[in-house]
Amino acid sequence: MSLLVKNALLVEPNLRKVAKGNLVIRNGLIDRKNLIADTEFDCDGKFVAPGIIDLGVKVCEPGERHKESYESAGKAAAAGGVTTIITRPDTKNPIDTPENFDFISKKADEDCIVNVFHIAALTKERKGQEICEIGMLLDAGAIAFSDCDSVIQDNKILSRALTYSSTLDALVIGHPQDKTLSHGAVSTSGKFSTLRGLPSVSPLAERIGLERDLALVEMTKAKYHLDQITNIHSIETLRRAKNSNLDISAGTSIHHLSFNELDISDYKTFFKLKPPLRSETDRLATIEAVRDGTIDIVSSMHTPQDEESKRLPFEEAASGAIGLETILTAMLRLYHSNQLQMDQIFTAISLNPAKRLGISGGSLSHNEPADLVIFDADKPLILERERLHSKVKNTPFDGQKLQGRVLKTYVQGREVFSL
Amino acid sequence: MSFIQNHLLGIEGLEQSAIREILDKAEEYADLNQKTKKRVDVLSGLTQINMFFENSTRTQASFELAGKRLGADVMNMALQGSSIKKGETLVDTALTLNAMRPDLLVVRHPQSGAVDLLSQKVNCSVINAGDGQHEHPTQALLDALTIRRAKGRLHRLNIAICGDISHSRVARSNMLLLGKMENRIRLVGPSTLIPSHIGEFGVEVYHDMLEGLKDVDVVMMLRLQKERMDGGFIPSEREYFQRYGLDFNKLSYAKDDAIVMHPGPMNRGIEIDGDIADDVTRSVIQEQVEMGVAVRMAIMDLLARNMKINHTKLLT
Repeated sequence: MSLLVKNALLVEPNLRKVAKGNLVIRNGLIDRKNLIADTEFDCDGKFVAPGIIDLGVKVCEPGERHKESYESAGKAAAAGGVTTIITRPDTKNPIDTPENFDFISKKADEDCIVNVFHIAALTKERKGQEICEIGMLLDAGAIAFSDCDSVIQDNKILSRALTYSSTLDALVIGHPQDKTLSHGAVSTSGKFSTLRGLPSVSPLAERIGLERDLALVEMTKAKYHLDQITNIHSIETLRRAKNSNLDISAGTSIHHLSFNELDISDYKTFFKLKPPLRSETDRLATIEAVRDGTIDIVSSMHTPQDEESKRLPFEEAASGAIGLETILTAMLRLYHSNQLQMDQIFTAISLNPAKRLGISGGSLSHNEPADLVIFDADKPLILERERLHSKVKNTPFDGQKLQGRVLKTYVQGREVFSL
Repeated sequence: MSFIQNHLLGIEGLEQSAIREILDKAEEYADLNQKTKKRVDVLSGLTQINMFFENSTRTQASFELAGKRLGADVMNMALQGSSIKKGETLVDTALTLNAMRPDLLVVRHPQSGAVDLLSQKVNCSVINAGDGQHEHPTQALLDALTIRRAKGRLHRLNIAICGDISHSRVARSNMLLLGKMENRIRLVGPSTLIPSHIGEFGVEVYHDMLEGLKDVDVVMMLRLQKERMDGGFIPSEREYFQRYGLDFNKLSYAKDDAIVMHPGPMNRGIEIDGDIADDVTRSVIQEQVEMGVAVRMAIMDLLARNMKINHTKLLT
């Protein structure tokens, strides 16, 4: 079976261009040379882009399958144009042993319709005390190591974990944050948090965490990715660090690019995130950092939380938002507002994650796996959270007017979503 | 008619004219409260439930008395223990109580925004009796009434709010209210107890109390919570009293006729010298308590009126 995708606007982030063209999906791969195929799909001038690679998705198996399973996450991903998800190990039972790892890896193979890779914990139970069996986890297929938002505070332990990982050439993902400062805070300090009477933390807690991490990376020569950079202070630090010869990369979340602290409004817990939403100045600076490449990767930081854990006073409510199904549409807002070009968007959500993780995908080149998304960038919609595929519906985009819809998603040449 | 809300959740949403309407109504009740027969019937047949998720003697008593004087059936629920310990969420507790069809819920909760959340889940009027570090609107209104009665006006006054601003809902509500009424507000306290970016609210910040009190008309002291000491916000009680406790020397920098206020309960010898608190020529602390009942009666009266108007609207 082969399919000609014709009259498309091909988004080619690796070539930094968007151009009219055709391609063929043949035997699960992209064929750019032989354009003769059994069937065809007329894109009618719509975009075709490499599928999104979403770094840092939480699927709640094992432990909280009622929030999100590999099956539901796969459907949500497909509907959002995400063809590869990289899962986080911060499940109820953390992914910190080869046995746990095998379980989710099997689960993902059986139930998930998109490609899946898994991040394993860096320390046992994500407690920051004992290093996980990094070698065995690598053999089991771990793509990176991270304790997620549970920051390792003890510098000696983190430096050993980094040194050990660096010998095995393993990528470590850190959450830049000084926990001693941010402990208990649920908002960013400023006029808004004062008005709302919410415990807050200075955005500088992120920079302090970042500076510490950078120094340890310099010391240990580790391969390091910073999961979420969200404010102007850390961006300046990051920009300087990127000019050195450290092996670092940085990400941010789509929600920090889409919202600011004022969206919390009257204590809307769907806007409670970690790190907390920042000021408008920070949001604009973060978009600029994505544009100029200081921030390499944009992720959904998909974090399912059920109604019970969100329907609480703001301080008590759980943090996080789902984002698999909205990441592309949300990024398109920045395209429509001329803040990001289409190829820049796919550099951040597809090409760069593939490069950093050393996996295939991220381009429409000949013989790449046919992981791709066809979308209409202009089609309007009002987002209704009940229509999302995730098991829980904690999206901050509920009721918002958006522009752009996924028409079709292909994973290894197989159609996994069609509008 | 300017106060048209169904709830009183904070000062933030109130117009200047609504504040005036509440205070004018409260004056009427302040007069009534001086009489031997203090009961009227405006809440007759209505049920008021006081839900206190946080300890309070004074505020709860004040709301209870206000309700009873207006003829409401008043029920007190102390919720610090029982259902919360059993794992029931705030929303469930609210829904349970709502099913008992109360007309007025008076709510205090240790978390900011909790009263707001609760008001979205019930179909009766909700009064915020203090939520976390967010707002305590009835306290600000009773303070305003006390100031207006003592000073003859509620605008163009120099008012110093002193002490732990960061953790005080009283300070937030007062800042908003007194700001809306066009007064000059000074915040006085150690930098560890004053929120960052507070200047954006159009207030002046002083870390030296003598400077901060210079020529003010009103000195508003705040309670220093004991737990702040452990949090490392200040080095010791005695150092705090020396620098920020109100004594006669510091008070002498204020205007000669400046009044001294405190929302209570007081820590004598920590934020205020006992002799000042007891000096009836300067302290209006007892008057604040008295105005508290009057202001709460006024608010419940106006909320009940709005309830009736909405009800009539629904029928027609």
